[in-house]
Amino acid sequence: MKTKDEDKTENVPLIELKGVRKVYGTGIAAMEALRGVDLSIYPGEFVAVMGPSGSGKSTCMNILGCLDTPTNGTYCFQGVEVGQLNHDQRALLRRNYLGFVFQGFNLLNRTSALENVELPLLYRHTSKSEMHPLAREALEQVGLTGWEHHTPGELSGGQQQRVAIARAIVTRPVVLLADEPTGNLDSKRSSEIMDLLTSFNRDLGITIIMVTHEQDMAAYAKRTVHFLDGLIENDRKQKEKSSC
Amino acid sequence: MLGNALILALRELRRNVMRSFLTMLGIIIGVAAVIILVTLGKGATRQVTEQIASLGSNLLMIHPGKHMGPGQSSGAAPFKLADAEAIQREIPSLIAVAPASSSSMTAILGNENWTTAVTGSTEQYFSLNNRKIKDGRIFTSNETRVGVAVCVIGETVRIKLFGRQNPIGSQIRLNKLSCEVIGLLEAKGQSTMGSDQDDIVVIPLRTFQRRVTGKEDISIIQVSVRDGISTDKVKQDIARLLRVRRHLSDNEEDNFDVMDMKEIAKMLSGTTQVLTSLLSAVAGVSLLVGGIGIMNIMLVSVTERTREIGTRLAIGAMEREVLLQFLVEAVVVSSFGGLIGVILALISSVVLAGVLNVPFVLNVPIIFIAVLFSAAIGVIFGYFPARKAAQLDPIDALRHE
Repeated sequence: MKTKDEDKTENVPLIELKGVRKVYGTGIAAMEALRGVDLSIYPGEFVAVMGPSGSGKSTCMNILGCLDTPTNGTYCFQGVEVGQLNHDQRALLRRNYLGFVFQGFNLLNRTSALENVELPLLYRHTSKSEMHPLAREALEQVGLTGWEHHTPGELSGGQQQRVAIARAIVTRPVVLLADEPTGNLDSKRSSEIMDLLTSFNRDLGITIIMVTHEQDMAAYAKRTVHFLDGLIENDRKQKEKSSC
Repeated sequence: MLGNALILALRELRRNVMRSFLTMLGIIIGVAAVIILVTLGKGATRQVTEQIASLGSNLLMIHPGKHMGPGQSSGAAPFKLADAEAIQREIPSLIAVAPASSSSMTAILGNENWTTAVTGSTEQYFSLNNRKIKDGRIFTSNETRVGVAVCVIGETVRIKLFGRQNPIGSQIRLNKLSCEVIGLLEAKGQSTMGSDQDDIVVIPLRTFQRRVTGKEDISIIQVSVRDGISTDKVKQDIARLLRVRRHLSDNEEDNFDVMDMKEIAKMLSGTTQVLTSLLSAVAGVSLLVGGIGIMNIMLVSVTERTREIGTRLAIGAMEREVLLQFLVEAVVVSSFGGLIGVILALISSVVLAGVLNVPFVLNVPIIFIAVLFSAAIGVIFGYFPARKAAQLDPIDALRHE
């Protein structure tokens, strides 16, 4: 999977934003969250998105995750212009290619961790016999074995965050989009999660785009994009990290 | 896809037991109220019809005066015994003719007294009114003609005056008349109009006229027509005869009324139909209130559910998958609630019909109407807010406050 993707597409961007603008509201109340962003991300990359709050990084993530549509500009995913897709086609794109870890987790209330993680598999029509083992495995990877039948209300913030990560990776998406995946975790848990994401990126070839505030976390990524006032201020590749 | 939606819907219902239950409660109450009220209303109507039918369809009642409606009649001269005799003599194809007159008076036995309806009539009164003797005997035609002081009493009168004693052979006093109790009628219970049919004393007509009231008046003549003879024809014959006897000229209206049981049935079921429509209106209001209950729960849960829909869309659910799930949820809740409502209604109807002493009449159309109406409300108010949410961009659904 990894080699095939890399061979084929080393020079074709997986994700390409061109002149993307996003305006909220109209008239005098209009607020420009993105002011013409160009961004290309290639398969297998691990990108950290940084910037102060209000700089447009979350908006950009929502557009990348096909949760929101740009006001102007184009977004191409694997060469397909997302703006041309209809509601259902975008849903299928999210279902089959993307995994999203929300800042506010967005887990289903009163629903066990296991069922939350199974949800994307259900929409993928994964057979019942495969669903349980896959969901359990994902929960095990985020260190939640034994918590399968607890509902979000019974889990701590950090545990909920890990359920959200498990739900995003259980389908082995092409791209994993994570909005502050370590925001609620202590440093030990944070580094565990980052190691996990690094291994997904390295071993499974999952492209990861992650919003973070912390320099430590951004250090795990191979590339860091800085947002400021709705524009990309700085985009630099890190030196190849020696893997531990 | 339907299987998937079913799994998702059932999971969602199981998680939200309270919400599901409250929604169902609206449906249950609405459905049950309508079915119970309509079933009992129909039962009461049926009871009226049956009671009248038990009197026989070949019975005619002749009143002086003209019936204006239930309980109203214009005043007119009463009949005389000679009128009844003329009917018996001149109208063919009659089985029996029973002139009767009644009055309310106090019956006295020793220290006990009881105010009751005393009727003077002939021995044919009993067969015409379907009254059977439980103990003793009725008076004979000879006793009627002579006017002896005997009486037949109803069950209520027996209880009030005699308690546990055997009444047959005792003397009771009606005004100044002292008469011997020769028979006890079989209990018949309440009439359709609510009066106690066992609170009566029947004495020979001649005795009544001569020794109790001192008047020759007759307030009603009951006539039974032989089977197979048209009652309409007999009614016309009687009317013609009475017009002559009451000296009515051609341009005068009848000052008497010949009614057959069909007309009486129509009159009475008119009353119960008013009652049934009233009950149906109350039932309709219950259904509406139940519907509003369903609506409330559905609309209140929209905020939470919009975020849930946002999450599902973000994970990759298509609009139609989300909608199918919500539709299945609404249908499952509505049909389950409807089913419980119907079962509850049937049980309550059977019990209440027993308590209120009306027959249990199953009315299938009303069950369908009630269930379909509540189900429609459940589905509409479950489905349309969900559809609105599912058409949003996922991020807007997620941000919904």
